[in-house]
Formats: sequence, C-alpha cells, structure tokens
Amino acid sequence: MRAIITVIGKDKVSIVANISTVCAKNNANILDINQTLLQEVFTMVMLIDIEHLSDGFTSLKNQLEEVGKENELQVHLMHEDIFNSMHRI
Amino acid sequence: MLKTTDILETIKMIQEENLDIRTITMGISLLDCIDSDIDKACDNVYNKIVKYASNLVKVGEDIEREYGIPIINKRISVTPISIISAATNANPVKFALALEKAAIACNVNFIGGYSALVQKGFSSGDKKLIESIPEALSKTERVCSSINIGSTKAGINLNACKLMGQIIKKTSEYTADRNCIGAAKLVVFCNAPEDNPFMAGAFHGVGEPECVINVGVSGPGVVKSALEKAQNADITEIADIIKKTAFKITRMGQLVGTEASRRLGVPFGIVDLSLAPTPAVGDSVAHILEEMGLEKCGTHGTTATLALLNDAVKKGGVMASSKVGGLSGAFIPVTEDAGMIDSARTRALTIEKLEAMTAVCSVGLDMIVIPGDTPAETISAIIADEAAIGMVNSKTTAVRVIPAIGKKEGEELDFGGLLGHGPIMNISKYSSAKFINRGGQIPAPMQSLKN
Repeated sequence: MRAIITVIGKDKVSIVANISTVCAKNNANILDINQTLLQEVFTMVMLIDIEHLSDGFTSLKNQLEEVGKENELQVHLMHEDIFNSMHRI
Repeated sequence: MLKTTDILETIKMIQEENLDIRTITMGISLLDCIDSDIDKACDNVYNKIVKYASNLVKVGEDIEREYGIPIINKRISVTPISIISAATNANPVKFALALEKAAIACNVNFIGGYSALVQKGFSSGDKKLIESIPEALSKTERVCSSINIGSTKAGINLNACKLMGQIIKKTSEYTADRNCIGAAKLVVFCNAPEDNPFMAGAFHGVGEPECVINVGVSGPGVVKSALEKAQNADITEIADIIKKTAFKITRMGQLVGTEASRRLGVPFGIVDLSLAPTPAVGDSVAHILEEMGLEKCGTHGTTATLALLNDAVKKGGVMASSKVGGLSGAFIPVTEDAGMIDSARTRALTIEKLEAMTAVCSVGLDMIVIPGDTPAETISAIIADEAAIGMVNSKTTAVRVIPAIGKKEGEELDFGGLLGHGPIMNISKYSSAKFINRGGQIPAPMQSLKN
C-alpha cells in the first residue's frame, strides 16, 4: 500500500528534512520525491510505502500535520488510490 | 509516479471547492423482521439494523481519514415500513421510534424508510402508516418518510395526492415549534427509485438484496470552478468540461463505495450521480447555471442550462462507475442552495419556473417553503402536477414543500444545518379543491404500454 504526502507553503530551510524525519520515525519508506517552486510557493509531492508503518496511518497523519502546523505549511497524507482513481482510467 | 498537477488538482477540489462524498447509505432489508406482535417486530427491526450498521460510521470515518475525502453523512435506509407494519394491525408509530432508537445507536443522522408505495391504491398497512406520519415525524428527529403516489406504469393515485396534501400540512403543524422541520423530512414521489441513497426519500426497495451500500457524491463547487476557467468557451465545450469534471467526481464515489463495501463485508449497490448542493457558499447548483451565463438562476435560459448540466453529469459519471442508480441528476432544493435562496428572495426564481426545471433534472419541487395558510388541496394539486411531469416523462419527480405555519409570503424559515433556510414562496391563490376532491386514479399514460 502506498500513500502520497503533499506539502504546500512558503519555501524555507529544512522542509524536506522535517518531513523525511517523520517518515523515517514511522518506518515509511520514501519511494519518490518531486518538488517544485511555483511563484515562491513550495510544492512537494512524496510517494511513500505505508505497508510497514510502526504506529499506523492515523498516527503518521497526525505527526505530519503537526510538522505542517509548526512550519506554517499545508501537509496532507492521502492514500494513493484516490489520485489513481481520479486521474487514471 | 502521478503528475504533481493532478495531485494538486485533487487536493484543491477537496480543500477549496467542497468536493465531498455526500452520503454513504446502508440499505437494510427488514422483510424477515415481520411479526404480528408489534413489540416483537420493533425489537427485530432494532436488532437487525444495529447488527448490520453498528460499524457504518466508524468505517466511514476511517475511509475519510485515509483517503482524505470528507464523507458528510452516514445513513441507513430500510424496507418501506408499511410492508412490515401491515402484519401487526397496530399504530405503526412504534416502528418510527424503533428506527429512531436504532439510528441513535448507530450514530447516523438520518434513517429513511418510514414509507409506503401506493401508486395504484392502498393496502391495509399503507393508510395506517400514512396517517401516522405527522405523529411519527414529530416524535422523532432522525426518521425520514417518503410516499410514492404515482408511476409511469400505474398512473397517479389522486386519492393519495389528496391525503398527502393533508398529511404534509399536519406534519408541519405538529412540528411548528421546530420550524416545521417534520415536513422537510417527508417526500412525495412519482417513480421513486428503490436504491436512492439521498434523504429524505431513501428507502430500501423490496427488489434489493439483504444489505447493500449505496453512495451519493457531490461537487457543484468543483463544476463551477472548472467553468470559471472557460469564460469564452461555447456551450458544447461547456458540456465537455462538465462531463470531464463529473467523471472525476464520480470516480471518488466509486472508490469510496467499493472500499466501504469491502470493509463492511456488504455488497456495493450503486453510485448516485447527483450534484447535491449545500447552503455553503461555493456549493451551489444555481451558481453553476449562472456561471454558464445567466444573470440570476430562474431567468429565461435556466431550463436549458439545467438540462445541459443534468445530461453532462450523467454522461461523465456513467463511465466512471460500474453501477449507477438512485436519482442521478442535478438537485435543485431551494433552501439547501445558496444561489437558489438568493434567487427566490429576489423573486427571480418562482415556483412555476422550478416546476419547469423539474422536467429536465432530478428530483422535483424540493425544499420549498410555502405560506402556512396554503389549503391542503393546493398542496395536493402541486403534488399532482409534479407527479404528472414524472409520469409522462418516465422520470422520478418529487415534492417536498414545507408549509410555514403562522408565516406569510416574504418571511423566512431557517432549519439550520444541511437543510438550510429560505424565503416563503408565492403560490397561486386560486383553488384546485374540486379537482382534488374528485379522487380516483389518473390512468397510466401511453408511455406505459411498452411491451
């Protein structure tokens, strides 16, 4: 099972590091990262493996949202299937 | 990997454009709960609902969290109670109380199925159930009721129209201290679908399986915002944009329905391809029509734009889901749609125009507040008109009007929450009493002779 983390907000030092640290702590393997800067808005999309999470999906989601709040970023963790079903036939 | 722009589009739809799953509705058959002892039958009903649906809200919330898509309502629909209560020969209100208790135990906000199907006449349980509706809806908060009084195959039961005019008024009077909310939970149908997930008209038809999961999607805001980007498009392009957007919205419904049915161990029924508005700004069907180029919803051109919207939503949605059913079309409930409320207040939108609109969309005259002193026969005639449109066009139509007891045209009624608020609309002052009091059956039209 895979999920997608999206991070949107003002660019600053250590966004990627903060998010990756949470992933590592929860045993979520990062499979792919894609980041861009659109008119100073930082956008990162990260594909992670959630098969072997140490503390479950909800806990990871809460921790990521916590990091988002601390850094004034919008962070979402969503199951990959929702994007696949909407954008792929 | 997926394209970043696609991912962001999905997130924007959910975060900014109010894309959500409007309802996951579990349909439960109560046929095996029938007993001649009403108390025993009520126990059976309660136990069966709780057995199947106790996990419904939890599973809904889990899916919501994991997929990041809000699921606004988790609801239950059951076999029309008139069928279950017929065996008891007692006042069926006890069933309404059992349904209410079960809804509270399962933590669902509405339970539908306090219903009867009388398009061709009343059986012994039907009349008792219909006469008990005002009491049932005033003693409960979560129970919804629907009565089917006509169909393309059977014609229109004018006796039932007459009775329902009186019942709607009485239900409003019984709940006058709660903004007449009872009438907002009572729908009169022609050609009622048996797998509708939306309230207040949901019930679990007798042809349905033991238990089933039906899903209703939403997303007027997403459609409107897609159209905002196409200011100079011609109307064919507009139809195409709506189709593509409806496809995406419906895929969400299909995904959530499949997942919920897997987790609950219950078969997946249908996705209802409907654009269901809410009173929230940015979640309005009227605003889509205005985006297509109308100064105000209700003006000339409204029926044409609505017909296009309704058709394009179906065309887009039907490919996105393996099982489509329910009402499937754009809803136009006046008090639940910010744009409609606005148009009704300025009288750009009248009840006559709404009636024309119901010929090209689902569902009918929905959530319309009328003066409290409207004669019951006039309400019956409104029902008969609407049923005639459904009968002749082989489509579902319905009437959910709320007589605002003690209030006059120009004043407003506020239900709060998803049911919204709205102005009391002007209706014809001329009597239809003689027509309604004739009684009898309007014969089925030629369209019924398809064999």
